[in-house]
Amino acid sequence: MSQSVLEPEAAAARGMDLLRFATAGSVDDGKSTLIGRLLYDTKSLFTDQLEAVEAVSAARGDEYTNLALLTDGLRAEREQGITIDVAYRYFATPRRKFIIADTPGHIQYTRNMVTGASTADLALILVDARKGLVEQSRRHAFLCSLLRVPHLVLCVNKMDLVDWDQDVYNEIADEFTSFAAKLDAPDLTVIPISALNGDNIATRSEKSPWYEGPSLLHHLEHVHIASDRNLVDVRFPVQYVIRPQSTTVTDYRGYAGQVASGVLKPGDEVMVLPSGFTSTIAEIDTADGPVAEAFPPMSVTVRLADEIDISRGDMICRPHNAPAVAQDIEAMICWMDESAPLRVGAKYAVKHTTRTARAVVRGMQYRLDVNTLHRDETADELKLNEIGRVKLRTTVPLLADEYRRNRTTGGFILIDETTNRTVAAGMIIEAL
Amino acid sequence: MSQTATYRVSHLDALEAESIFVMREVVAEFERPVLLFSGGKDSIVMLRLAEKAFAPGRIPFPVMHVDTGHNFAEVLQYRDKRVDELGLNLVVASVPEAIESGLVRELPDGTRNRIQTPVLLAAVEKYRFDALFGGARRDEEKARAKERMFSFRDEFGQWDPKNQRPELWSLYNGRHAPGESIRVFPLSNWTELDVWHYIARERLELPSIYYAHDREVIERDGMVYAVNEFLAARPGETPRIERVRYRTVGDASQTAAVRSDADTVEKVIEEVAATRITERGATRGDDRVSEAAMEDRKREGYF
Repeated sequence: MSQSVLEPEAAAARGMDLLRFATAGSVDDGKSTLIGRLLYDTKSLFTDQLEAVEAVSAARGDEYTNLALLTDGLRAEREQGITIDVAYRYFATPRRKFIIADTPGHIQYTRNMVTGASTADLALILVDARKGLVEQSRRHAFLCSLLRVPHLVLCVNKMDLVDWDQDVYNEIADEFTSFAAKLDAPDLTVIPISALNGDNIATRSEKSPWYEGPSLLHHLEHVHIASDRNLVDVRFPVQYVIRPQSTTVTDYRGYAGQVASGVLKPGDEVMVLPSGFTSTIAEIDTADGPVAEAFPPMSVTVRLADEIDISRGDMICRPHNAPAVAQDIEAMICWMDESAPLRVGAKYAVKHTTRTARAVVRGMQYRLDVNTLHRDETADELKLNEIGRVKLRTTVPLLADEYRRNRTTGGFILIDETTNRTVAAGMIIEAL
Repeated sequence: MSQTATYRVSHLDALEAESIFVMREVVAEFERPVLLFSGGKDSIVMLRLAEKAFAPGRIPFPVMHVDTGHNFAEVLQYRDKRVDELGLNLVVASVPEAIESGLVRELPDGTRNRIQTPVLLAAVEKYRFDALFGGARRDEEKARAKERMFSFRDEFGQWDPKNQRPELWSLYNGRHAPGESIRVFPLSNWTELDVWHYIARERLELPSIYYAHDREVIERDGMVYAVNEFLAARPGETPRIERVRYRTVGDASQTAAVRSDADTVEKVIEEVAATRITERGATRGDDRVSEAAMEDRKREGYF
């Protein structure tokens, strides 16, 4: 058994990496049970947490220990027995640290799922083996593909309730695989499990000799995520200019930021947008000293050989590989505000990388029905949890890539300038 | 070794990079940020990250300590030493002074966790801080598991958990009206073990009470409390010397120690990795009040 007692020094020496995954599904699919099982099997569940959950379950008269209570931390959630918000949970094995963004199945479903998926390396979708694919499973898969989550895992749960029937599993797996192919989902793995009994979770189960794939935990530990990063297109959004005013450090001017994509090295010729000036990288600094290379997701400080006027919101890239400098943006928008819909003609603040601008909605091509994928071309507004393709015009150029090529330089949010609320997520399709 | 293997980033490096990104966003977008520094391990890690984020420049904001007056002497000494070393400006929001001035009233049980909130909020108003860095982690407590990296507070400092801004990618929305503020939690994705690994890696000095030492203690409600000027043994409780250390450092009248022989950072890491009880569950009397004790305090403006 790949038991997961953390051996701290060994792990630190080897350098565990980090995998973020989103889970989607409702309580009925056994999602909370699955998360509880993963935490339990990796010894990440604490006895005081478990006791508290057992006590509350007993007090409410639940027939079994309701592991959903582990993540449903808010008073309203406990009172109403629903999950309101994305909850983050953490566990680790000697190979990896995991961050779970656990998104609720019912309330504000799309908004939460999109939020959780935006940072996820992998998404885990659950279906009940007895019910097969339902509308919600397809919607999950669609949103994961919209957000370009690189890896998808379909867990066919409650296999014990269909007597581990291989035909049941195959039928669901085949149907989902052909659906995912239509969505252009990058990497799909299907695993038959019983979250309740722990089959194929931490170890492979004897109950499914016909299944030749990995256990869920093994897959999570080994799925190759390093090459999901874009290491080709150099994109360094300048976050902050470090210019110490002190007697000990003089004439220092560094551009601080987190590498969005590509690999930067001292000596590289670079171009700064939107000005278009070119220079070379003199040094890449960190507090621990200069580094020979910087790549995502490193936070570093870049110094250039020439004095150029650069400020927050500018982008360092390469002369022959640069993002669009664009004021006309076509994007998929997921609307997240309940107080008012997105309307053609409305203006919002847009935050894209480290740059903030204003934008007006110039037009709407269509609204997408996330269940049928039907496009309604007569639509002229998007309500809460609706998704559509819109055209925006910004006050200043965005330094933008297509979202499908670059999740960091292709994603943006819209902010209502009156309420200051984040009202939409945007994925750039085309920037002109 | 494949090419991508050389571009490997360890989980600690990824967490550090994320926290540094968050701190730089705040300094770039806010007028008057402040970092809550108590001398506890999480705020010590946060301060190191701030050092790194703005090197070779200085940390471009002051630090604030909400002083309950119930302090461990070792922690207070450490606080002053660290502030001195980094040349920081320290703002102390004092609960004893607030009791004296009548801003808050001492509770019958003498605990000060709850009454520190108005003191914090008064300091925020006085100094017009618009962003407050806190060292809270999502793994600590279930209400915190739902907290954003940038957490909006209205002009009363209140948190509305049902009305939080969605947080997508690493695009943080710090917009607010005058009087409102944002609590920022750069360690959101760190666990207790990550914090200790980082302390070991960065060779960070900590107040001595985080390591095993002999102390006069009593046992109360299954927890081990130090006998000190804030906490006396009750009839029937027999003080005795035990080997203990602190997993968290809060109000000295309410923070329990744990029995431990871990007197080095390596041994603490081993202990934390093996423990089956959460950090707050093991040590915080204040969280035992109810299932939603933390949420209720956060709604009032607590960190």
